[in-house]
Amino acid sequence: MTATQNVMPEAAPSEQPKPSRWRKAFTAITTGNAIISVFAVLAAIIVGSIMIAFTDKDVQESAGYFFSRPGDTIAAIWDAVSGAYVALFKGSIYNFTADTFVKGIRPLTETLKFATPLIAAGLGVGLAFRAGMFNIGGQGQILMAAAAAGWVGTTMSMPWPLHMIVGIIAGMAAAAIWAGIAGFLKAKTGAHEVIVTIMLNHIAAYLLAWMLATQGVLQAPGSKNPKTAPMAESAIMPQLLGPQFKLHIGLLLALVAVAFSWWLLERSSLGFRFRAVGLNPSAAKVAGINVGRTYFVAMVIAGALVGIAGVSQVQGTVTSGFGGDIDAGIGFDAITVALLGRSSPLGILAAGLLFGAFKAGGFAMQASQGVPVEIVLVVQSLIVLFIAAPPLVRAMFGLPDPERKARQQRRQKKEVSA
Amino acid sequence: MPVAPSLFVRTVRSLRQKRTVHHTTARIEHMKLELRGITKRFGAFTANDHIDLTVEPGEIHCLLGENGAGKSTLMNVLYGLYRADEGEILLDDRVQHFEGPGDAMAAGVGMVHQHFMLIPVFTVAENVMLGNESTKAGGVLDLAAARKRVKEISDRFGFHVDPDAIVEDLPVGVQQRVEIIKALSRDAKVLVFDEPTAVLTPQETDELMATMRQLRDSGTSIVFITHKLREVREVADRITVIRLGKVVGEASPTASNEELASLMVGRAVELTVQKNPPQLGDEALVVEHLTVTDPSGLVLVDDVTFDVKRGEVLAIAGVQGNGQTELTEAIVGVQTAVQGSVKLNGTELVGRTVRDILDEGVGFVPEDRSVDGLVKEFSVAENMMLDRSHGEPFVKAGTLQLGALSEFAKGKIAEFDIRTQGWQQAAGSLSGGNQQKVVIARELSRELQLFVAAQPTRGVDVGSIEFIHQRVIETRDSGVPVIVISTELDEVTALADRIMVMYRGKVVGIVPGNTSRDKLGLMMAGVTDEVPSEHTQNEGAQA
Repeated sequence: MTATQNVMPEAAPSEQPKPSRWRKAFTAITTGNAIISVFAVLAAIIVGSIMIAFTDKDVQESAGYFFSRPGDTIAAIWDAVSGAYVALFKGSIYNFTADTFVKGIRPLTETLKFATPLIAAGLGVGLAFRAGMFNIGGQGQILMAAAAAGWVGTTMSMPWPLHMIVGIIAGMAAAAIWAGIAGFLKAKTGAHEVIVTIMLNHIAAYLLAWMLATQGVLQAPGSKNPKTAPMAESAIMPQLLGPQFKLHIGLLLALVAVAFSWWLLERSSLGFRFRAVGLNPSAAKVAGINVGRTYFVAMVIAGALVGIAGVSQVQGTVTSGFGGDIDAGIGFDAITVALLGRSSPLGILAAGLLFGAFKAGGFAMQASQGVPVEIVLVVQSLIVLFIAAPPLVRAMFGLPDPERKARQQRRQKKEVSA
Repeated sequence: MPVAPSLFVRTVRSLRQKRTVHHTTARIEHMKLELRGITKRFGAFTANDHIDLTVEPGEIHCLLGENGAGKSTLMNVLYGLYRADEGEILLDDRVQHFEGPGDAMAAGVGMVHQHFMLIPVFTVAENVMLGNESTKAGGVLDLAAARKRVKEISDRFGFHVDPDAIVEDLPVGVQQRVEIIKALSRDAKVLVFDEPTAVLTPQETDELMATMRQLRDSGTSIVFITHKLREVREVADRITVIRLGKVVGEASPTASNEELASLMVGRAVELTVQKNPPQLGDEALVVEHLTVTDPSGLVLVDDVTFDVKRGEVLAIAGVQGNGQTELTEAIVGVQTAVQGSVKLNGTELVGRTVRDILDEGVGFVPEDRSVDGLVKEFSVAENMMLDRSHGEPFVKAGTLQLGALSEFAKGKIAEFDIRTQGWQQAAGSLSGGNQQKVVIARELSRELQLFVAAQPTRGVDVGSIEFIHQRVIETRDSGVPVIVISTELDEVTALADRIMVMYRGKVVGIVPGNTSRDKLGLMMAGVTDEVPSEHTQNEGAQA
């Protein structure tokens, strides 16, 4: 860190930036380094192991006579923890005890299926992060995308692939508009996007509930259930690997979105402005960048990316008609994915795959080992917790603190100017 | 972190303090301060490297050094804010161990901070007793005692401070005296002034100098931290120069500016800017009745009218916070609550976007580069295209032209002698002077019709100041009208062809570039001449 040393001798107290506490926390959470992400996952898995051991019946029983035969307890802990994680692996990557290769590889395709909407929605959240906004509205955006694509898929009739494409576009557009409302309000009135997107989540949920319960809108004709009719065949995304796997072209869409987002952020002038506004809106404004418009455009694009998650749900995964729970928590998991992926498209791809694996493997863990599926959710939440507290992770693994000097310098500046 | 002293220790200490209060009202004890081999490291960086410093009783000892030379770190060690890695602090030949500012104060070290540590809505007396509250029976604050104490000290030094005045109503110079009273009321025998003149007008500065001499004569030892050569020569009994964390030498107050400056920066520097008489062209920028208000309706810039000709530098002088910042922001369109007219080559700028105004050929160096001038996390190259992300040469068909950008950045790094590890280095990791050069390189690389530089050399090392000043003059000589805003009179007089002085949002007057410091100082304090300001403006325009 020679660069940091160089800056110290001439750093004057007067040039200390004055970012708000909120913005500092925001940057700290969204732009940690890759090592922290990896170790946060590791730390979460370790803590998860402890919880698995505690909740395991055999462990509890053997702990009752721990002092007479401690070996039993240790063996039981080992069985519970290793069994759980082996089941997680078998359920998410490759089932090595399956009789055929096709059955063996099936868990991996399940992982990819679960990962698809997480990656797309994660990109939407991550892109907004990079432009300096916290997009909590993934849920609402997915629901609006699902509603629009669902309406196209159930009420219109067109030939394949036109019908499918129109559905995808309608869904992405609906999500883009939904997110755009938050961007517009932030740009024009300064309304905080966190509050607006949370409220838009509620509005979207109840709006969809009403549509699902109203004949002639989304409710299946003649039905009393709050559920749509099945998608028209012509609107359904084709399977990628044949009918034995549930893997559809939504995955390709998500991968294209990853490539697009990377180009947008790293190579386009629009992305340059997103990043400039995200890191220092005040300097961006002085440099002639229209900060408000940038917020709006970033939210629209972020919404469209989240929309991919919505359309892949209704046109690919749940084609037999959907209800109000079609978002399946993806909108919130996407925040975790974007954090874990450090808001970079490739990081989000990796994080999305990991969370897809957790989802796919969690069920296997419960089925084969009796480990409650909630443990997986706990592990997921712990990951975020650890990412938000890098010093904790560093302390746990004895990592050096790359920012120590920088922070000391800041502290020095603060005290000097104080 | 210092451990909070136990209640018992605190009680004993406060008893001891109360006891000392009595006999020190009669006379101030003399105290000798000695720092021996103080070393303070931050990671691999050594901020103070075996610094020795002796301050004899009753002398003004100047600690001179550039920004970041390690002066403030040293004083924070003395004041107990930092623990030294090596070395010791001696007061009257006794080794001290300061766990925090409280210990330093109890031992007789006081500090007048650059940014005042006062509570604006409290009275003077309340501020003085803060942290050292004496109470009567039943825990009732003994405000009367504090008021008496303030009056006593104020009278002794002729401070004319009313103990019942609310601090925020007082002028900056008086607030500083409250800080001094606060330190003296705790029996400070060594007083540290950390860059005390940064916020003062020249007249207030002179008064402070007088106060410092008076304190010295009454026996207080004074450490005066500054980087302003003029002040040092005026008031110092002894001068210690610090560079890059080391003591590089002692100088006598009779040393010339040039000698002191070259000790500070390690080489001979030119303090005056080489410039020819201006080749004046037509009036390129005409500002008429410009008024800027803040959201609460407060008038920040009040009906300002002036013009700038091609090939001329108009310097806007004034104490910080008298509307200069808002004036420049209004010209470039960052301020939007603007009335009046700003015409550049006949084109109205008011009401247009920043983008449009920059495209008209306005180069703008904002006052606070780390907030408004740079994206610290961006590379040097990215910062150089910050205001040109909308088209050629760095963007084609919405795509960044990284090749063209890196070539451009490399060229500017060489041309402006920007000390960096490469164009990809994050701008925030450069030194202040080099960061400023990035901003100036960017702004001067466009075809300019007007160049506005606010505080172009704030927090910049002396070597870079010289370089930046030359660039400003070169820009002027190429026929571009230039506006320079500065709170440093030295900078104003070095660069200006004409000087406009602002006070409380209004133009006090526009005067020729060779106007005396005294007159400028008076104007900065809002004192207008016998001649009405309208007349002065016309006179200035003719000059």
